[in-house]
Amino acid sequence: MNKAENQTMKVKETKNRIKADFERTPFWERMRAKFINLYTIKKVVWYIFKFLLLLGISYVILFPFYSKIASSFMSKEDFVNVTVRLIPRNPTLGTYKAIIVDNKYFIALLNTFVLSLVCAVLQTFVSCLVGYGFAKFKFKGNNILFMLVIFTMVVPHSTLYLSMFMKFRYFDIFGIVNLLGGGVIDSFRVLEETSINMINTNWPLYILSATGLAYKNGLYIFLMRQFFKGIPDELEESAYLDGYGVFKTFFKIIIPLSVTMMITVFMFSFCWQWTDNFYTEMFYTTTGDLLLPDIVKVPKSIDTNYAAKEMYTSAIRNTCGILIVAPLIVLYLFGQKYIVQGIERSGITG
Amino acid sequence: MNLDAKSTKKQKIQVNAPGKKRKRGASLDVRKARAGWIFILPFLIGFALIYLPIILDSIKYSFHEIDIVIGGGFELTWVGLQNYRHALFVDPTFVTTLFTGLQQLILDIPSIVLFSLFIAIILNQKIAGRAAFRAIFFIPVILTTGLIDSIDASNTLSAYMEESSGIDDGSGQESTATEIISVMDVEALFKNMMVGKEILEYVVGLVNNIFGIVNRCGVQMLIFLSGLQGISPAIYESCSIDGASGWETFWKVTLPMVSPIILVNTVYTIIDAFTSSDNEVMAYIAGVREQADGNVLASAMSWMYFLIVILIIAAVAGLLSAFVFYQRRD
Repeated sequence: MNKAENQTMKVKETKNRIKADFERTPFWERMRAKFINLYTIKKVVWYIFKFLLLLGISYVILFPFYSKIASSFMSKEDFVNVTVRLIPRNPTLGTYKAIIVDNKYFIALLNTFVLSLVCAVLQTFVSCLVGYGFAKFKFKGNNILFMLVIFTMVVPHSTLYLSMFMKFRYFDIFGIVNLLGGGVIDSFRVLEETSINMINTNWPLYILSATGLAYKNGLYIFLMRQFFKGIPDELEESAYLDGYGVFKTFFKIIIPLSVTMMITVFMFSFCWQWTDNFYTEMFYTTTGDLLLPDIVKVPKSIDTNYAAKEMYTSAIRNTCGILIVAPLIVLYLFGQKYIVQGIERSGITG
Repeated sequence: MNLDAKSTKKQKIQVNAPGKKRKRGASLDVRKARAGWIFILPFLIGFALIYLPIILDSIKYSFHEIDIVIGGGFELTWVGLQNYRHALFVDPTFVTTLFTGLQQLILDIPSIVLFSLFIAIILNQKIAGRAAFRAIFFIPVILTTGLIDSIDASNTLSAYMEESSGIDDGSGQESTATEIISVMDVEALFKNMMVGKEILEYVVGLVNNIFGIVNRCGVQMLIFLSGLQGISPAIYESCSIDGASGWETFWKVTLPMVSPIILVNTVYTIIDAFTSSDNEVMAYIAGVREQADGNVLASAMSWMYFLIVILIIAAVAGLLSAFVFYQRRD
């Protein structure tokens, strides 16, 4: 009993002494002891280094956009003038106007919008379905089939340029069209052609999207699969116990949970389809719908034939580029927080 | 006696339960497996009916000569290995392009993976304006693809504008004026260090190509970020309690924990780098396709290229998976 009392007294004494010491030391000395030591200095220096590095790289990323935007407002005279570099001296909207009017920007915008929207919705939904199938169901050949998904990613689509073109130029599955067209037995003739020509329509891209074979769809399926693997199985089990079927569980429980991830995939697929030039070059020949890649050219009403021709031309092309990505920037401003969130929650491991 | 009976009873129940469960579980498993097939059906149909025929056709075409017949249809004539022979022995530049291109890509890949890991780690820490930085870092992956890339490739204007600022902007125009650091400066700095000239040039090349690297890091950065988020904070907490420094924590905790993701990202980077249309070999093959009668030749070339890529991926994945650490989960 006595011992314990003694101890509490001692503790109190030391506490008091520390307090007294603390109050006796001047404020500046205290601050110095707290902040000027190796630990803090290292931390601060590292922090500043990190911050500057991020700032520098952000500059590297943003500067080209700035230079493109600046040059898009420059008038003809500014390109001859050597003193004009980053800020236009005679700002003009003429370049924009010419591109929008002469190159039929809005028609191309509408066409590309329809194409990209349908493709992106299809791709998001299909990769969601397929990813869920690979993540949550154990069936024979699951892993081998997933290897096929990876395989479609590994084969560069340009390897298949010719055969893909041929496939959709003379589209036919199981020879059904051929049969109906009278290619085999003439009395069955229903259609005019023996195969369907899908070039210059949106169908090749729709078909590829709906079957998860379009540009980088392997990646989307992979991302979705990893995301669904992170969702605990108990959630679905409790849904099954409550009498939900597999599909009802998927649509009522899984889909609402994965909205952020779906937005991420949607953003990727929409933007990559929007700026795609490989497929549009392949599937749309000159007479097809006007799409955004077609507007990248010097408008008729602008005369580039003078001293600074090369620079002026590339400024015009850049302006086309700005007009093309402008809707994407708006979309990105709204959607970027979902991209980071969606990925953060996916918890990808191996 | 009593105790014994109880235990046997318990055993009985234990023996019974799994049997019953297995029976019921099996039917559920079968049903679930069927549902799984339905979920992946879109991909299966597409793969079997569209993708596989395309692949087979592509291989077939590479052994043929092709003629478009006027009035619809096309004609194939079997030429055997002629296209391959032409690519390897007749075409003067294909083999050299292939090798320089592969060399360049093999040098690029580690830098891309390491850079994206580094940036992801920094972006994962608390820093002022983190959300803004994240938004900026993912701009290139969304915007600077395909079409914009091809516009940038012929961009003489920004090279001119950068004469004063000296940064790389992906315009493809290289002049000494637009380099951030020059080999000469670095050489002066590292003269006394025993590093080879090749390493020096490699580093300088990397720094000067910063835009290109940032551009190709987007997806990898996202995947790394998500992986870093998946590491339990409890591990870091116990590390700091045990007095580990940030450096030690990185090597002992962060790196092993993200090693599976490094594997995934390396494979993804290889695939991405090898199949992107702006690498040398792909550009060359695309050029060949434009030539008269070049379509089949391009197919042959890209199949050879593809085989090499598959071999490289297999080798790298095999090598890396020896070092990958998997946290056991239960």
